[in-house]
Amino acid sequence: MRMDRSLLVMALVFVLLLAAPFVLPPLGQSYLLSLLIKAMLLAIAAISLDLLVGQGGMISLGHAAFVAIGAYTAAIGLESGIENILVLLLLALLVSGLCALVTGALALRTTGVYFLMITLAFGQMIYFTLTSLAPYGGDDGLTLWSLATFFGSDVVQGSGQLYLIILLTLLASWWGVQRLSNARFGRVLRAARDNPDRTEIMGFSIFRFRLTAYVIAGMIAAVSGLLTMQHAEFVSPAMAAWQRSGDLLVIVVLGGLGTRNGALLGALFLVIVEEVLGSFLHEWRLIYGPLLVLMALHAKGGLSHLLFPANRTEKAGVTRVNGEQA
Amino acid sequence: MYGKADAVSLTLFLIQCLNGLQYGTLLFLIAAGLTLVFGVMGFINLAHGVQYMVGAYLVFAFQQLTGNFFVAVVLSLVAALLLGLLLEYFVFRHLYGRDHLDQVLATFGIIIFLNELAKVIFGPGTLSIEPPEVLSGSVQLTEQLRYPVYRFVTILAGLAVAVLLYITVTRTRVGMLIRAGATTPEMVSALGVNIQRLFMIVFGVGAMLAGFAGVIAAPIFAIEPGMGDNILIIAFVVIIIGGVGSIRGAFLGALMVGLFDTVGRTLLTEGLEVVFPPSFSNQVGPALASMLIYILMAAVLVVRPQGLLPAKGAH
Repeated sequence: MRMDRSLLVMALVFVLLLAAPFVLPPLGQSYLLSLLIKAMLLAIAAISLDLLVGQGGMISLGHAAFVAIGAYTAAIGLESGIENILVLLLLALLVSGLCALVTGALALRTTGVYFLMITLAFGQMIYFTLTSLAPYGGDDGLTLWSLATFFGSDVVQGSGQLYLIILLTLLASWWGVQRLSNARFGRVLRAARDNPDRTEIMGFSIFRFRLTAYVIAGMIAAVSGLLTMQHAEFVSPAMAAWQRSGDLLVIVVLGGLGTRNGALLGALFLVIVEEVLGSFLHEWRLIYGPLLVLMALHAKGGLSHLLFPANRTEKAGVTRVNGEQA
Repeated sequence: MYGKADAVSLTLFLIQCLNGLQYGTLLFLIAAGLTLVFGVMGFINLAHGVQYMVGAYLVFAFQQLTGNFFVAVVLSLVAALLLGLLLEYFVFRHLYGRDHLDQVLATFGIIIFLNELAKVIFGPGTLSIEPPEVLSGSVQLTEQLRYPVYRFVTILAGLAVAVLLYITVTRTRVGMLIRAGATTPEMVSALGVNIQRLFMIVFGVGAMLAGFAGVIAAPIFAIEPGMGDNILIIAFVVIIIGGVGSIRGAFLGALMVGLFDTVGRTLLTEGLEVVFPPSFSNQVGPALASMLIYILMAAVLVVRPQGLLPAKGAH
């Protein structure tokens, strides 16, 4: 029954998100739709990050770089005359997957806080690399004059269609990560997080499982980047800024680590908090910062647990970091 | 003609080396505190970079108030220490035994708060202060090479702190406790040492070192909100190269990164121009130059994932 409850929450959120584009515009609330799009794009990236942090105990502080890689690969593809969104998607997956493979293989030579520092450093490297791409806007970013098409049709361009595509992608990544977590793959990741030595002795190559998870997470984040590009019609190095990676981590932790709906709830929460605080105080970060400190000090287990305290079997608030001796 | 051009590029190279050394000592001041705090308390402090920024703003504010750079430096150091102790008392102390994620979240919150606070108090633009009159000249090193006195003084100050820190850690009682605390904190505590006070001292010293780095950087770099964020990440690169928890490692890593970044940039751009056409090297050069230190880090990770000079028995 407990399991059903979190599925129920997901179904409810999904139905609400599905209904939003039909209900909100007639009420004159189209602005809310763009907020929802922002939240969904964040949620896709956060879901992939939760595969690393929640399941694998790998705290990455450079995940936004993969979002930016997806966006830039697609944007550069568009600039070079590739218009089909499926080809761009393939390219984005390929480039982000390769980047994740290389940086992941290096970062995973270490564990724990080292891993965090290295992902942070590689994220920053990608940020600076993007700022030095002078032909593609450098520091200022790149405004796109044409958008991706679906075999020449503009069906993937209108904001209504794009909303649905983003929603479906969100559902697909939620479902995919869910399946992965429940499969043997997810069990090995969790085992490696909780007891790396035993897992290794049982014959699993932790490195390989973790690297696979890292590559998959990077590719999902890149899809979020591609959709962000298509929605914003603009890419900039700021997408890879380490603060964006921090935001993703905040979403995952606030939502509830390794829980089914944590990333989604966290993303919605972050966007709402930004909007509400920002509406009555221009310097809303003065409140947001201390809020994070308080959450870190007192709110264990994240939103999923504050909202649905019954879900105890979903092991949230995991206190071990990959492979580190206590 | 040839000889003269040669001398000019040699002068340039020497200046770059000095700049690299100066950047390296600055990085060391930041990385030393970061690595000590992590080595002893197992605490990952993302807010360390923002304490560097606070140092720079403090010296700016105190100089406006007092009109004297040296008085401002002393006041800034005291204020930086106080801020560090306050943060330790109200936030960090409660997070030592906790998950690294909680530490990341809390220190990320502090960064957001202090960056915004700096923006509110001092405005979003960049500020600058002049080095003090006494140190404002430059030294004639060779016929063509003049180097600002102030930068020399920062190099010397950085080196002096490094020596002082090294002696403290290896030769004094507190240093012994720090080393013991880094290896087996439970045992140190069981032997009757007030570990809480030790942690507070280490944290205060770390905060003051970061603040000191900000203070001496203020007349050289632009003072702006968020100036600590980038340097924090470079400090992480330094620590990864040197080995977590190790002062010697931080020193070696900082000098390597400082020299590699400054000298490497120049050599790379010049080198590319020799081999490739200018249009290509102008495009690729900057991108490659900004990746240099990360490539260095990756190379170290391949050869020695634990860092070049790791602390013995650290976390």
